[in-house]
Amino acid sequence: MMKIEAMIRPQKLEAVLEAVHELQLTGMTVTEVRGMGRQRGITYTYRGSQYTTPLSHKVKIELVVNDEMVEDAVRAIQEAAGTGEVGDGKIFLVPVADAIRIRNGERGEPAIS
Amino acid sequence: MKQVRWALTGALLFFGPMARAQGADAPPTADLVWVALSAVLVLLMTPALAMFYGGMVRRINVLSTMMHSFIAMGVISILWLALGYSLAFGTAGSGWIGDFSRTMGNGISTSEPAASGGSSALFMLFQMMFAIITPALISGAIAERMKFGSYVAFIALWSLVVYSPVACWVWNPDGWLLKHGALDFAGGTVVHLASGVAALAAAIVLGKRRALIHREPIPPNNLTMTLVGAGLLWFGWIGFNAGSALAMNGVAVNAFISTHMAAAAGMIGWLVVERIKTGKATALGAASGLVGGLVGITPGAGFVAPVGAVAVGLLTGAACYLAIGLKNKLGYDDSLDVVGVHGAGGLLGAVLTGVFASEAANPAVKDALAGGRMELVVKQVVAVGAVGVYSFVVTMGLLLALKAMGGIRANAEQEDAGLDETMHGEAGYNLY
Repeated sequence: MMKIEAMIRPQKLEAVLEAVHELQLTGMTVTEVRGMGRQRGITYTYRGSQYTTPLSHKVKIELVVNDEMVEDAVRAIQEAAGTGEVGDGKIFLVPVADAIRIRNGERGEPAIS
Repeated sequence: MKQVRWALTGALLFFGPMARAQGADAPPTADLVWVALSAVLVLLMTPALAMFYGGMVRRINVLSTMMHSFIAMGVISILWLALGYSLAFGTAGSGWIGDFSRTMGNGISTSEPAASGGSSALFMLFQMMFAIITPALISGAIAERMKFGSYVAFIALWSLVVYSPVACWVWNPDGWLLKHGALDFAGGTVVHLASGVAALAAAIVLGKRRALIHREPIPPNNLTMTLVGAGLLWFGWIGFNAGSALAMNGVAVNAFISTHMAAAAGMIGWLVVERIKTGKATALGAASGLVGGLVGITPGAGFVAPVGAVAVGLLTGAACYLAIGLKNKLGYDDSLDVVGVHGAGGLLGAVLTGVFASEAANPAVKDALAGGRMELVVKQVVAVGAVGVYSFVVTMGLLLALKAMGGIRANAEQEDAGLDETMHGEAGYNLY
């Protein structure tokens, strides 16, 4: 099992959800996050006082998939989330030791299917 | 019953083209309806102020900041009926402060017309709404760092020793500034200058917020709420200014138009300067500028013609933007720019009232200009100086006394965690 953590542009969330759905993958967690990569930061001005933050807005998608689905899922997310410009985000793959379904205690791959 | 219907018709006509013709002959009941409606509008300004200020602070202080305005509706209402009203509008032989003849609702009649001043129950109510919002305005300068109990004690005492006397000077028929000939239609000096200057004293006594000292960001938690608050302030301010005519007449209509025009122009004035200086016209700037324009026209609403009001709005809107930069140069932490908006706007508005007062707006201006316009402007400056110095000195003394009696500032831990959690035991926004 592998956890796919993808930081994407917020406006690409719908496209990514569709692409992942087409692979019959269910179950994921979506979070609004701030992050920093090569993209420029943002400057806010409130009554003349300026605050510059290097952080830009992203959406983080986390989904845990079976090993054989990893490459398909990564490709689908990359295609759906990409624009070719700086700031498209990153995908991280993290090995997962185990998974437990809280409702009935199922473990391993059955818990995530 | 017939009279009531007539009054409602009068109020509706106010919004129509016939208002001017109607005004002069309207029966007292129409006046009462207008002043009662205006009182409601002014009451709305305090929750509007809570939203305006509440949106600008960090999320850990949103409730505490809104509470600073709400608690004034509780505390000052009772205090005003019990004592404050009498100190402001009781018999004031000296011209400095009223006596105790109208304490606890005594000497107030429900059958008097509002314009009869001190003895009318409706006038007492209308004035109560002004008394509520004025100390709440100061709260913007002490946001995010004052102990709640100390704040309540402060506004209660301030209302009695600063607001009531100053209201007496300017509005009581015996008031010395009124007799002196200074023009203040709806409270530019009493409300805005007095609170703006008190805000400066309060910011100095309390000191800077820890986050400012440590150069931590202090981002506003919800500017959408601030914008709604500013919009509701604009709405309520119509009652504040046009209601101050205490009658449904031409002066009230002029005050309505001038107030509206100054708000519009204040927004534009601020945004133009902001755009030139920083390259962007901001939503917070639009909200701040319209409030600045409203502050500027408050003393002159019933004396300045609509075109003059546009000039007053543009100038105060622009001046307020420049004035908020002073705190960084001079080193006081006026959290939400009460000094820059209400202090500077109140000062400039009082002076500009002398510059733009016109007979076309109000026949009473003829007498005010009897000694020439320069003389009127000088009288305005005297009023500003007297109210400004008095409010600054007494506020400073009051806060230093409270400070000596047990401290007025939240401790470092409370300030870092936020006053919502530490003063009130709640949070404005919960995860679930």
